[in-house]
Amino acid sequence: MADEVPNLAESKLTALVVDDNYVNQSMHHKLLDRLGIENDVVCNGQEAVDVHCSGRNYDLILMDMDMPVMNGIQATKRLREMGIESKIAGVTTRAKEEEMQEFMEAGLNDFQEKPLTISKLLSILHKLDFYVHT
Amino acid sequence: MNTVVAQLQRQFQDYLVSLYQQGFLDNQFTELRKLQDEGTPDFVAEVVSLFFDDCSKLINSMSRSLERPENVDFKQVDSGVHQLKGSSSSVGARRVKNVCISFKECCDVQNREGCLRCLQQVDYEYKMLKTKLQDLFNLEQQIVQAGGAIPQVNIN
Repeated sequence: MADEVPNLAESKLTALVVDDNYVNQSMHHKLLDRLGIENDVVCNGQEAVDVHCSGRNYDLILMDMDMPVMNGIQATKRLREMGIESKIAGVTTRAKEEEMQEFMEAGLNDFQEKPLTISKLLSILHKLDFYVHT
Repeated sequence: MNTVVAQLQRQFQDYLVSLYQQGFLDNQFTELRKLQDEGTPDFVAEVVSLFFDDCSKLINSMSRSLERPENVDFKQVDSGVHQLKGSSSSVGARRVKNVCISFKECCDVQNREGCLRCLQQVDYEYKMLKTKLQDLFNLEQQIVQAGGAIPQVNIN
């Protein structure tokens, strides 16, 4: 059943999944795993901030928009204020123009509509210069 | 080739295709299946199990929010519908997702009766899908126990 997907393990990329939904957490964690990207998962924006305060750093953050405690917009702003320069890709099902605009202006490097797939994730990685299509 | 395995594989293929044709599943389920590998042979079953747990929890919560006509918390209901739409979209549960679209519209105009109908419909659809997928996973198990491999199925 496994399809041919690139293995980026050699690049030693790390990622953080920020999403309050357990189904999405599982999916995004597995998507990254399949591409050979070591990753952690947290449940909301506050936990994303806390994990960075504890000294962890990631090459890529997949940030959901709607989350309790601290949403993706607030978390992105906060991380940028803290000087976190990781690439942050917003992922959300909400697609209203003004909300996307606000999310991008908070400090995103890219945006993808959920549900994520292997090809959407590769598109993010390619756009953020982590992966070159061959 | 083992005839029993071949028959089971054929049964599996036909059943999976029928689930797409009847609108229970969409292409996102195909994407989910792509993520399963030898290291995580139960990945799809585990994720859909999480999804069904999510459905049950959210439906109960929304039911409570819709209970009293004079005091409906539409914001809470909307939040639940949003979560459910997201989950169903992620696993490829097409019918559940489509009900959520109608459900959201009812929330937006604060139509309690409409919300209650959608709630009933989403409850029905997720339970129906749960039964169908359990049958599919049972077929998978039978194939593996008979010494065969789960077939790749191309859905057009």
